[in-house]
Amino acid sequence: MEIRSPQFKANVREALGNEHLQEALGKVRTGFTGKRAIARAGLPEFDELRDQARDIKNHTFSHLDLYYDMYEERVRDAGGHVHWAGDASDAREIIAEICQRHDARSVTKGKSMIAEEVALNGHLEELGMEVVETDLGEYIIQIRNEPPSHIIAPAVHLTKAQVEQSFRELHTDLPPERNLDEAASLVNEARHVLRQKYIDADIGITGANFLVAETGTSIIVTNEGNGDLTQTLPKVHIVLTSLEKMVPTLEDVSTILRVLARSATGQEYSSYTTFSTGPRRPQDPDGPEEYHVVILDNGRSGMLGTEFQDMLRCIRCGACMNHCPVYHTVGGHSYGWVYPGPMGSVLTPTLVGVDKAGHLPNASTFCGRCEAVCPMRIPLPKMMRHWREREFERHLSPRTVRWALRAWAWVARRPALYHLTASCAARVLRIAALGRGRIKQLPLAGNWTDHRDLPAPRGQTFQEMWRAGGDE
Amino acid sequence: MSNIDSKANRATIMANVRNALGVDASSDATRRKTVKARLSKHSRNLIPERANLGAPERLALFRAQAEAVAASVAEIKALKDVPQAVAAYLRDNNLPQRVRHGADEDIAKLPWDSVPTMDVDTGPADPQDSTSVSKAFGGVAETGTLVLTSGMDNPTTLNFLPENHIVVLKAGEIAKTYEDVWDRVREAYGAGQMPRAVNMITGPSRTGDIEQQIELGAHGPRRLHILIVAED
Amino acid sequence: MTDTPKVGLFVTCLVDLFRPNVGWAAVKLLRDAGCEVDVPRKQTCCGQPAYNSGDRADTREIAKGVISAFEPYDYVVAPSGSCGGMIARHYAELFDEGSDWRARAEVLGAKTHELISFLVDIRGMKSVDTEFGGTVTYHDSCSGLRELGIKEQPRALLASVRGLELKEMEDAEVCCGFGGTFCVKYPDISNQMVERKAGTASATQPDMLLAGDLGCLMNMAGKLKRQGSGVQARHVAEVLAGLTDEPPIGEAD
Repeated sequence: MEIRSPQFKANVREALGNEHLQEALGKVRTGFTGKRAIARAGLPEFDELRDQARDIKNHTFSHLDLYYDMYEERVRDAGGHVHWAGDASDAREIIAEICQRHDARSVTKGKSMIAEEVALNGHLEELGMEVVETDLGEYIIQIRNEPPSHIIAPAVHLTKAQVEQSFRELHTDLPPERNLDEAASLVNEARHVLRQKYIDADIGITGANFLVAETGTSIIVTNEGNGDLTQTLPKVHIVLTSLEKMVPTLEDVSTILRVLARSATGQEYSSYTTFSTGPRRPQDPDGPEEYHVVILDNGRSGMLGTEFQDMLRCIRCGACMNHCPVYHTVGGHSYGWVYPGPMGSVLTPTLVGVDKAGHLPNASTFCGRCEAVCPMRIPLPKMMRHWREREFERHLSPRTVRWALRAWAWVARRPALYHLTASCAARVLRIAALGRGRIKQLPLAGNWTDHRDLPAPRGQTFQEMWRAGGDE
Repeated sequence: MSNIDSKANRATIMANVRNALGVDASSDATRRKTVKARLSKHSRNLIPERANLGAPERLALFRAQAEAVAASVAEIKALKDVPQAVAAYLRDNNLPQRVRHGADEDIAKLPWDSVPTMDVDTGPADPQDSTSVSKAFGGVAETGTLVLTSGMDNPTTLNFLPENHIVVLKAGEIAKTYEDVWDRVREAYGAGQMPRAVNMITGPSRTGDIEQQIELGAHGPRRLHILIVAED
Repeated sequence: MTDTPKVGLFVTCLVDLFRPNVGWAAVKLLRDAGCEVDVPRKQTCCGQPAYNSGDRADTREIAKGVISAFEPYDYVVAPSGSCGGMIARHYAELFDEGSDWRARAEVLGAKTHELISFLVDIRGMKSVDTEFGGTVTYHDSCSGLRELGIKEQPRALLASVRGLELKEMEDAEVCCGFGGTFCVKYPDISNQMVERKAGTASATQPDMLLAGDLGCLMNMAGKLKRQGSGVQARHVAEVLAGLTDEPPIGEAD
């Protein structure tokens, strides 16, 4: 996927001018947040479960190598195969090779952010395979040739009318006079169109929300049932996942599952939580004949032991973006790559480089709402600040900003000079306000005054008044 | 063979991991012990109080939770009442009197011919099937969740392909929590072992992908009907 | 500690420069709460602009200045959740664990409070003896709310103001888009956020918008004025102290 993060500011301008997007985002602001709040209120132990979920992942990371030993042994015992991909290209090739070995022509896919990360679809299509996304949101953006704008609701940036238009353009074999006014009719149409795809597919590819060391199990958490049809009907099931998805036991994953759906969609539990262990057994009448797990690193092992390790706890629930006022304003595409919102602002610089994604950790007010709702208690603002520190150290931030900052800091370390400067500013700005109490336009402060007035100082600083004995 | 050396990739990644963790052979013994203990003890983390209830209240909670996510529930006395209950459900919903089920004894040996109008197929689902009948391995009161396990008895495709899914659940197998079910899975399949698929099902298929409006029946069953059987 | 604790008032750079009246309001409220108030001359800024821009070295130096200036006091109080949060929650992590400065930062952090929460939680203030005729709405500033848990305290004291009616706005806890340097680094996004905030605040049709942080207030008041709105804005301390002779934020004399 093309990295458009460097053009963040241009992306934002486009997003702010996009009426459909702004309409769709209006629903994100209220929908997800309200549902999560209700789910949280319904489980008194919720916050304590978050602490435990955090501890489970921290424990897992400090024993990750050993848990993988056990996991792989279990997968092999169950007749499955584990493949290791160092980077995106490895993952693409491993999967392509499995597909080609089976002369695959048609591939169905459950929703997988890792597949987006490694740009899998394009690769398989180049090799002549038909790749069909089966999650409704993913299907919609696939036919519109767009990247996802949200990690659990990929088409959340679109309105119903836009979906209808896309369906009419693509599904030309259906009667043009059909009524698609209701969301239900769009859902039905997608159900009808995709049904045959599941049945015809040679290979089914899904992601995994978790891997369980105890049993060699991969888990998907879904609502539509598409993931299950994708992985059950074809003769080969490929799980594409990443290094950090491990948990030790079924008990441990149960704890994390209790906070996942509640944080994501506000459901107490998703419709389908599916635990898969190996291929079809000798007596089984259905299920895939082959089961492959592809584990992607792509820089994640390099996050262990650094100030970004906590990010590896992320379970991709989307609560951070659902609650982010910046995401609510600019939408997911503005972030310019696979992962939007606060989690993307931390993760994307790790995966594509802070030189390309530097805007992301900067475009935050540090309001802290993301951290407040994160089920895994990831200190997202703190890690965005770490990125800013790395940028500053590497002189990646704009020179004018650096210069102004250093000059200001130099003054701020010298109280006498600071107070003198403040006193002067109080007077000058007071005069600039022309007795109106506020300033409409101020040279060098256009970024402020283009959009809002600048309340003017009163002419004297508090320090001056205090020293002058103003309180007596 | 592959151009990708998976084994070498694994070695590199694990070396990175171990390096980042600052571990070596000397610390491995203790770490191994910790891991082994964690994997074998199956210690529970915090269990929410919600489902800590006696059997009748647990059943009531299961039912309320399942209904809250748009499943329908009927309580029947005995397994032998299943065919009539299935027929009634199909009739009430104007559905064809035809079902498919697996080899599960509790379902297969039922007097299906007591409903002469009903056609009964067996085996994994066919894309044309309208309604399937499965037997749950258990239920979880906490969230109204059904647990189904793969195999001849209850083929996984029955859970997802047909538009209507009817699940028979014995009242005595409604557990408080997921953890209770895991204990039973270990008992049935052996510690560390799992059937190919364990499907936790909480309500029918749904999607919110169009303007976050919840619509049932995205790709899986539109309807989920649960028959809770009182007697064992 | 004596019955009359010595409080070092951390004025904050915005209050110092733009709105001294908030400083006076803080002084009055602290004295009403039985504190002796001093304003150390050696204070400047808490260092957030540098800290949030990734300039750790300068932040550290600025923090050292603040720590030295305020160590002698029983408490450090700031009329801002943002600056108070910076000293209370972030100073310590600027310094290496085990270092002398780390220890000093931790001690200072533990006795640093935002004004209103200090009055209510530490000094046990339950009411103020003042009046304000009109309806107000209250914006929860992010740092105060999420770093310091300030939510009920200002509302409790506002409830005791004679004649004042509080009408809660929708999304009172959502960021106004100020974010320090954010508002000038990403003006388009900030503008959209403050427009939304001005909209939800205005929707309650209040006479006055209140908050506990001057940065947010300047942002919101600046937007309201630009829109030609009649909704006025003040720091909550001004109303609680009864110091409302001064024109509201951004208004002419």
